[in-house]
Amino acid sequence: MQRETWTNLAILLGLLIVPLWAWVTDEPFTITLATRAVILAIAGVGLNIALGLGGLVSLGHAAFFGIGGYAMGVLASHAQAYSPLLEWPILIEGTKSMPMIWLVAIIAGALLALAIGALSLRTTGAYFIMITLAFGQMLYFFMISWPAYGGEDGLSIYVRNGFPGLNTLDPIQFFAICFTLLVLVLWLFWQVNRSAFGLALGSARQNPDRLRAVGIHPDRTLLVAFTISGAVTGLAGALFADLNRFVSPTMFSWQTSGEIMVFVILGGVGRLMGPVFGAVLFVVLEHVLGGVSEFWHIYLGAILLGVVLFARGGLIGLIAGRAVAHG
Amino acid sequence: MSLLKLDHVSAFYGASQALFDVHFDVQAGEVVALLGRNGMGKTTTIKVICRLLRHRGGLVLLDGQDMAQVPAHRAARAGIGLVPEGRRCFAPLTVHENLIAAARPGDWDLPAVAEVFPRLAERKNQRAASLSGGEQQMLAIGRALMTNPRLLVLDEATEGLAPVIRQEIWAAIAGLRRQSGLSILVVDKSLRELGRVADRAVILQKGVSVWTGAFGDLDPDLTDRYLGV
Repeated sequence: MQRETWTNLAILLGLLIVPLWAWVTDEPFTITLATRAVILAIAGVGLNIALGLGGLVSLGHAAFFGIGGYAMGVLASHAQAYSPLLEWPILIEGTKSMPMIWLVAIIAGALLALAIGALSLRTTGAYFIMITLAFGQMLYFFMISWPAYGGEDGLSIYVRNGFPGLNTLDPIQFFAICFTLLVLVLWLFWQVNRSAFGLALGSARQNPDRLRAVGIHPDRTLLVAFTISGAVTGLAGALFADLNRFVSPTMFSWQTSGEIMVFVILGGVGRLMGPVFGAVLFVVLEHVLGGVSEFWHIYLGAILLGVVLFARGGLIGLIAGRAVAHG
Repeated sequence: MSLLKLDHVSAFYGASQALFDVHFDVQAGEVVALLGRNGMGKTTTIKVICRLLRHRGGLVLLDGQDMAQVPAHRAARAGIGLVPEGRRCFAPLTVHENLIAAARPGDWDLPAVAEVFPRLAERKNQRAASLSGGEQQMLAIGRALMTNPRLLVLDEATEGLAPVIRQEIWAAIAGLRRQSGLSILVVDKSLRELGRVADRAVILQKGVSVWTGAFGDLDPDLTDRYLGV
């Protein structure tokens, strides 16, 4: 097996063993930290589809993360208040069912990404970065000024949503749900990467004319990837909101977009487990260095600088070699 | 009816006119050589045919269908397979990935391409960037074949290749013509090799097609006047 495969398995296994060990030793906080890392990793994998495979440097992925979070917040708040979401022309009730909330978050993330992508993909380079950032910030300020769902204060959900047959209030069971979803999302990334679509996607940004000449529309290929990316990030947003039982406009902020991008760059752009490694490292640093200094981001910045300058394939690239293998 | 017909085509790069009056056709199963000195409009004509550049005047017809509003990716799906100048494979992808990335259903599949270019099968897990120029050219032709085209367009088919490799490429092109009945439009500077595969020739001079006829009718006066050989 390749060194990268072993590295990937080790990361996944480590991510599974630590919370299990914490469960045995009754350390629920560690399980929550691991769950947070897993959810952020899902968001990172979502961005990695657009950034790693399609070369789309999006600074607006917080929009999809936020819309997923608010999909959960809005549905759950209506369910806990026993008030319908919509009465006319059809009755739509809130829900506390996780699968239903995920479905709504995925669809909302995908539709938003489709709309933003359709407009943003007309531009390239710095303009693409700025237009995605602008969309994210538009939604951020919209949520701040929307009092119906908490405005700037956000929205609290008193009880975590339910999953059939499981007690989601038990940290290890909620971790198991999130970890399973992470594995599914990684499988999706792997499938996209090894498919003909993934191969075309890799070439769409670099050689659009070459791709057109073989019968593939580069912009549509990128738009499909951006939409899938938005859907996955939306799912992460819903899980993140469920973890905290709280949603706020911060989920839409450009800092959130930047953090998701940091996960991907730290671990390795375009690598299967890059965002997972990046998210785990981010959460560990946040916890360890955050206890030492409130300015822990300085250290994160130094590490990021080191990775960008000396480990162009990310930290996984440092361990497994620079080349990113398709499939 | 012609498979491809260009009727008094003109084209521009911005304000600069590159094609003034290009007209020729390619029949089904025919090999046509597009000739002319550097800068006479051969690559521009190919770009117009493949819809990588829109023409402003005249008609481009594929199987009788007007291609004026057809975007490049649809032209490829309609059956135009381009082997661009300078090969231009997808460098980070392997040989296998290059071939399957653009594959469409039809007679041309991986085994069929491997039969024409056995070397591609030997190098299937090698990255395109690490192939020799000749192998990249084989890959570019293989990739175009995997789109199952009706018309294969080769721009500078053997430019910059070693003589031995050029022979291999020409043998493959002759084989394609013989076995598959594919229509081929080819640009190359090697008249001797073109003479072995081409049925007809079109000469371009400053964006105008100045001569069209059977390849065998190309006489020294014509080649001296328009091609400088």
